[in-house]
Amino acid sequence: MQFTIEVGRYNPEGIYPDDAAPGQPYPAPWDRSPARRYQTFTVDLPEHAVVLDALIQIREYQDQSLAVRCACRSAICGSCAMWVNGHAHLACKSKLHEFTKDGKTRVESPPSMPLIRDLVCDMAPFWDKHLAVKPWLQNKKPVPPANQEYTVPNASMEELIQEVSCISCGACLMDCESFAVNQEFLGPQALAQAYRYAGDPRDAETKERLGELSKSGGIWDCTHCYECVTQCPKGVAPLEQILKLRRMAVDAGFTDNPGTRHADAFAESVRDSGRLNELTLMPKSIGFFNVVEQLKTLPSAFNLIRAGKLPPLIHKKIPGVNRIKAIFERVGGRFK
Amino acid sequence: MTKDHDVIVLGAGLAGMRAALEAARHGADVAIVTKVHPIRSHSSAAQGGINAAIGETDSWESHAFDTVKGSDYLADQDAVEVMTQEAPGDIIEFEHMGVIFYRGPDGKLGTRAFGGASQARTYFVGDITGQALLVTLYDQILKAGVKVYEEWFATSLYMENGGCRGLVAIEMVTGELHLLRAKAVVVASGGLGRLYEPSTNALICTGDGYSLAYRAGAPLMDMEMVQYHPTTLAGSGFLMTEAARGEGGYLLNSEGERFMKRYAPNKMELAARDVTSRAEATEIAEGRGIDGNVLLDVRHLGPEVILKKLPQIHEMALDYLGIDMVKDPVPVRPGMHYQMGGIRTDVHGASKIAGLYAAGEVACVSVHGGNRLGANSLLDTIVFGRRSGKASAEYAKQTPASTGGEELLRAEQERLQALLARPYTGETPAGLRLELATMMDAKVGLYRTDAGLHEALDALAGYRKRYATIAVGDKGRVFNQALTFALELGFLLDCGETIIRSAIERKESRGAHTHVEHPDRNDVDWLKHTILTRAADGQAEISFAPVKITRWKPEVRTY
Repeated sequence: MQFTIEVGRYNPEGIYPDDAAPGQPYPAPWDRSPARRYQTFTVDLPEHAVVLDALIQIREYQDQSLAVRCACRSAICGSCAMWVNGHAHLACKSKLHEFTKDGKTRVESPPSMPLIRDLVCDMAPFWDKHLAVKPWLQNKKPVPPANQEYTVPNASMEELIQEVSCISCGACLMDCESFAVNQEFLGPQALAQAYRYAGDPRDAETKERLGELSKSGGIWDCTHCYECVTQCPKGVAPLEQILKLRRMAVDAGFTDNPGTRHADAFAESVRDSGRLNELTLMPKSIGFFNVVEQLKTLPSAFNLIRAGKLPPLIHKKIPGVNRIKAIFERVGGRFK
Repeated sequence: MTKDHDVIVLGAGLAGMRAALEAARHGADVAIVTKVHPIRSHSSAAQGGINAAIGETDSWESHAFDTVKGSDYLADQDAVEVMTQEAPGDIIEFEHMGVIFYRGPDGKLGTRAFGGASQARTYFVGDITGQALLVTLYDQILKAGVKVYEEWFATSLYMENGGCRGLVAIEMVTGELHLLRAKAVVVASGGLGRLYEPSTNALICTGDGYSLAYRAGAPLMDMEMVQYHPTTLAGSGFLMTEAARGEGGYLLNSEGERFMKRYAPNKMELAARDVTSRAEATEIAEGRGIDGNVLLDVRHLGPEVILKKLPQIHEMALDYLGIDMVKDPVPVRPGMHYQMGGIRTDVHGASKIAGLYAAGEVACVSVHGGNRLGANSLLDTIVFGRRSGKASAEYAKQTPASTGGEELLRAEQERLQALLARPYTGETPAGLRLELATMMDAKVGLYRTDAGLHEALDALAGYRKRYATIAVGDKGRVFNQALTFALELGFLLDCGETIIRSAIERKESRGAHTHVEHPDRNDVDWLKHTILTRAADGQAEISFAPVKITRWKPEVRTY
């Protein structure tokens, strides 16, 4: 079966001429302007073939200069995460016939990561975030003797298989909406790994971890866009782990931060009026007495007014708000 | 550029990272050189588990005997004793590092059954055991602050006065060639699966370490022992873990019969891998296969066991064949999986060459002999990775730093320049690799004949001639993978030659080496290791070494 594939090419050293014969080594000098461009290839592959099969065939038989990371071909090593039709996927898991749109599939390095060459991006931002959450067990004391394991319920180990299944491919970070606007955000993979250790009954520093993660760039900087859940090829569902960390952090008393205040303001507004009071949400999240930060929001407020998005100045309760309160009481917890 | 360290570890899989961690613990300035990020290493593909005799009813002697019997008595028993005695300690250490091993109802480590074992002694994390160990060990490397030269491709070992004193490597991102000097080098670069087509191995398993060490003069041992795994997925050849049978899965032929009853009436599907693979091949050859496959059936285990304990292979069968293993059996066949032979080392990982150590699949201690038992390879990596890390660090303490090597760096620069400058001939490295690997599978695979092996040797000589003129289809410096593929093909040719030469020598059938004209094991003439050393003229010189037998005399091997 014939598939057409458009590959995002980039070579910092310059571009080879298009008219060279397939597989032929191109003699210098070639075009030295290192622009990004798309190059179209046609490959003949079985119907169930994946994007990586196409890239390997191109690299082996059509253009040896195509750079692409891959190793296991079976979604275990995590090498081949890249943009397929504008979203991060493992090339080895993306079926060509499912991705072919208007007769072609477009493959490129994700624009959110620094580019090295062709489909090879610099994963340093990803690994730096991984390292930042101290992804190792801080052993709970007493550590059992050298011939004895920790005694823990199997369910507590099984609970962590979801996070340990992470193959560090980076697809979640590549498509993370928060990371796109805030490079300081730890991102989905690192936070899922943070939960993997914070949620481990053998870890001694759960509280310290939660304190760190409650700071700026941590668990409260996620905007719940669900991209990481959608793009993760292994079902790690990083957002779910971030939500678990938030609950653990609040339970551990880490509430003096904009994230918790924002969530509290949200819940209180709904409890007391049946709907969201957008006028007080921002001041409450920042903290009423944090005048400097409050002033910083003024330009945004003016922009909202100019765009006609000013919330009503008088916030009204919905009819039957008592029934909403009853729901809160029934659910229990911090807001009943 | 030149950099200096006490110990350099080549490879960042389980053996390499374990060696580096241990060397660091013994005070060495250690650096890892790896052609892929450590997490991409092929150790992550090990699925089923890791063996140790920890349980009260188990003993290291029992584990050792199963291993020796599994090896068809070719393993060195002193090395097997070391591995099986130290196994419990190493597994507990990984548990303390944070591996989320499966627990029994009492909260203690729990086991599953595996092939060739007289007891259930395989510890595991779902069917992602290798990955779980690898990520945990990587995080320990981060914690210890070990230096990693990531995406650096080794082209040559640096030898000085007969000792190994570092290596030369290409930094992929810049294309720059570096001399990395050390007092000791640990080669832990993994297997050579790309020499066979199909194979369960990743595209990065190209035999780099075997070839680099062989070229530097290190003897390779038992290279003819190439394992075929009984259950690789039809079509793609991906690994379907032995744990599927360990959990109780069946192998069926086209008549729906559990054919293993005719080959291994006691152990059935859990016979050793060489026995099971040959049984499948026989069924297929006698017309009881399905399009060259047999069936792996786990339906009777129920969705709970399949989804919780075998989730990865369930997903793979669904992704690559569209088969839901909960509802249907999946077609599998024997496929090349593991190289038992390798760089000959002692129990401390030391090779014949001063300062050169090896661990993991690339090494041959030998604990696997003619056939490795499932879940013994992960164990091999962490026991002998640790031991070689310690031994290399101690060796480095007594060894002065090297100051030379610039000549080698220049020579390597010239060699690579010449390779890049070659004119285009129409031959691609990929085409030649595929031809080589298809030939190896056909003639140096499960069944071997005298004629076939000699044809293979002739074919290999032809490939070498063509390789000498092969051109590299990329002249750039940044991430030039065409160049590294060409170099990898050179490594594979060395591996192929040593495998064929050893296979021609061994005129008997033992473990994975089944010689059609010599169908029986011959302990009188062949209870010995084959050893290949590269002579000054580039030819392979064969020699032999006795198998070390401590307490288990060879017996008839049935399952």
